Amino acid sequence: MSEGEGEGTHTVASQLSGYLRGGGIVTPLATALIAFFIGGLVVALTGSNPFTVYKAIFEGSGLNWLLPWISSEDRTLAALNLQQTLILTTPLILTGMAVAYAFRAGLFNIGGQGQYFAGLFVGVWVGSSFDGLPGWLHILVVLVVGTLAGALWGGIAGFLKATTGANEVISTIMLNYVALWVGVWAFGLGGPLHSDSPSDESVPISDAVLGDARLPVFWGDPELQGLHAGLFIALVALIVFWVLLNRSVAGYEARAVGFNPDAAEYGGINAGRTYVKVMLVCGAFAGLAGVIDILGWQFAVATNDIQNAGVVGAGFIGIAVALLGRNTTSGVLFSALLFGALINGTSVRNLDPAVFPPELATNLTLIIQGLIVLLVSAPVIVTALYKLRPRRSRPEDPA
Amino acid sequence: MHALLGENGAGKSTLMSVLYGLYRPDEGELLLDGEVVSIESPRQAIDLGIGMVHQHFMLVPVMTVAENIVLASEPRKGLLLDTKAAARRVRELSDRFGLHVDPDARVRDISVGQQQRVEILRALDRGAEVLILDEPTAVLTAQETAELFKILRTLTAEGKSIVFISHKLGEVLEIADRVSVLRRGKKIETVSTEGATEESLARMMVGRDVLFRVAKEQSSAGAPLLEVEGLEVEDDRGLPAVRGLSLEVRAGEIVGIAGVDDNGQGELVETLAGLRRALAGTIRVDGADVTDADVRGKLEAGIGHIAEDRHRRGLVLGFSLAENLCLRDYRRAPIAKHGLISPQRMNERAEPLLEEYDVRGGHCEALALSLSGGNQQKVVIAREIAEDPKVLIAAQPTRGLDVGAIEFVHRRLIEQRDAGRGVLLVSLELEEIRSLSDRVLVMYDGRVVAELAPEASEEEFGVAMLGGRREAV
Repeated sequence: MSEGEGEGTHTVASQLSGYLRGGGIVTPLATALIAFFIGGLVVALTGSNPFTVYKAIFEGSGLNWLLPWISSEDRTLAALNLQQTLILTTPLILTGMAVAYAFRAGLFNIGGQGQYFAGLFVGVWVGSSFDGLPGWLHILVVLVVGTLAGALWGGIAGFLKATTGANEVISTIMLNYVALWVGVWAFGLGGPLHSDSPSDESVPISDAVLGDARLPVFWGDPELQGLHAGLFIALVALIVFWVLLNRSVAGYEARAVGFNPDAAEYGGINAGRTYVKVMLVCGAFAGLAGVIDILGWQFAVATNDIQNAGVVGAGFIGIAVALLGRNTTSGVLFSALLFGALINGTSVRNLDPAVFPPELATNLTLIIQGLIVLLVSAPVIVTALYKLRPRRSRPEDPA
Repeated sequence: MHALLGENGAGKSTLMSVLYGLYRPDEGELLLDGEVVSIESPRQAIDLGIGMVHQHFMLVPVMTVAENIVLASEPRKGLLLDTKAAARRVRELSDRFGLHVDPDARVRDISVGQQQRVEILRALDRGAEVLILDEPTAVLTAQETAELFKILRTLTAEGKSIVFISHKLGEVLEIADRVSVLRRGKKIETVSTEGATEESLARMMVGRDVLFRVAKEQSSAGAPLLEVEGLEVEDDRGLPAVRGLSLEVRAGEIVGIAGVDDNGQGELVETLAGLRRALAGTIRVDGADVTDADVRGKLEAGIGHIAEDRHRRGLVLGFSLAENLCLRDYRRAPIAKHGLISPQRMNERAEPLLEEYDVRGGHCEALALSLSGGNQQKVVIAREIAEDPKVLIAAQPTRGLDVGAIEFVHRRLIEQRDAGRGVLLVSLELEEIRSLSDRVLVMYDGRVVAELAPEASEEEFGVAMLGGRREAV
């Protein structure tokens, strides 16, 4: 009766994280369906048939490999496609967790991309140096150093929030730009990490990761960019994420601060220290994504790729992954797979131009991604739609 | 003036939200001036002359009083707000009803009591004939309440109708003409306040007899458990809040701290609990100096703390009850080992506590926000007592609770005292302080200005609470 709602600090992120408290499968499914429906309307507007387009995207993603009834010829092609989908899914799992873990602590980590860059850049640098190190050791060193670089990049934002109160949304966005332009400078023509090899000297690209420091391919042909072992690293990281969040003292503290910093303080939790720890973990996940990409299939960094990723990179898609997955372990896994499939299925290489113009198809991914972020992060819209039904309106002030 | 009385969750606020158009009724009809009306929105309620003063004020803190009052019906000068006209309108209104506010003050700078006046003025400005006040006294001090009552009497004399929602029996008897008692969403009875007593109303509310004064034995105070000397603390604005305060709580006694709100009690409690830093002075628990210890240090030294605001401090509303019950020792064995928390051990601890404290609707996995206020408070108390503190600090432990839950809390506090713990009770309810405490300290302007026996007269308390330095006892 005399109880209002919790009166902790109400930041955008804490409201989102409250709304997105784990659990529930109906809302994310409905969200994805609505997004696909509106995406379908866009396709129809361009004069194509949405059903054939979605079918083509589905086949392009290789997910039809899972269907038992397809012919063996189709299956061979589907396998190739599915390998690509999973290669794209791997970093999304990690960057999704980088955003989700922050959300659970009431932070909005928009800096996944910058943290990813940190892992990517340090990864290519260390991966292309230290010739003569045994392969397994080299891989391990690159993984560790790259992950630490990402953690450090994320930790900066946490440290700034803890000490000066700087809003993490602003600082992580700015750190994205810092990382991006440091990369463009370092790998650009004349930059300190610009390739030394004679054939690449006039191209703004880094040295390539040494052959034995690359992650082994376990499915498909290494020459045709088969699926590398990074997927397993991401799956192990998912388990770590679950344990950290639900079973660890650090996760308990993070969630307590996320729900109510004042009550957390009362429980003896130092909110500032928790922010630093959380952002270190987030950065580590995103940094690991960058290392895995560089050791798994990219092998070298070109400056135009950096600038493209600064707009539509894995770090940014990680936000949509976390939002759609409601910041839970299984949610992140499945929505990463969904986005991986979508990106691969709409890629220029996979979509038949007769079905749908591929240059429009890539934009379709962005449309669907944008719709999902919009639908999930604007519960007001959903509530308003819900309110159109007569009676039983939601009260403004639950008593 | 009509009062609505009922326990927490009896449906008082819901009913009023229906009147104000926030909820729509599933069935039934509303009559206004004898005519059936259907209220679809607050805007329509305002047009019909219904004004509402919410429990949690709906004011814009950075705007001035006048701007808040004229909000949504601003006098304009071209595209701009005509501030002079707005201030004039507010002044006329406040003169007419005797509600004095400074139209140019910013809302964030004025006291809670004044903010409430702004809310009332806003309703009047919109032509309200029926004024609904949702637990208006919950946030007020005794003085402010008295002033509010004066205002309400003026308003009824002016011909306004007032619906007054409360669960404080004394207030209802004092101010209302008629009382409707609600229990579990049903109206039990409507009676005239003439001839009604607190006991009769309480019986209607709870459905059984209620003990107002908890029976307690004479205390036998032992060694001092909490010693505070020369404590100085600043408030959030950096102004001195506690000025050289000293006090002592012995084993087996309840020491009450009485006083008007905002005289440093909050800062004192936060400092004792480790949430605020002491600038000077010492705090000793059972002889050990813990002045500079943080929350964890104070807790380990043996200070339990029933926080004043269970929503802001005491509970993580989004956590399960089991998680809330280990908020104070989640990082220690047996709950946590090697940095990992065992949900099984967490539940093993929570289950008997929930049972012992009769937390209704409370299983381990239930979220704290799903409980009623009284049951939430039981969770807080269970946790703090389970920590086996030497000194238990209870800050406003019964705020917002109904009579049944208050009785429960009071009994638990006496039990703690009888178990040889020291209890420091801080409350704005003088009646509560007097009925529970063995000794009462009166706080005024950051100092203890008097020590009184609980039997001292209300007048003696009143004088001391207003800063009259008259040493009694």
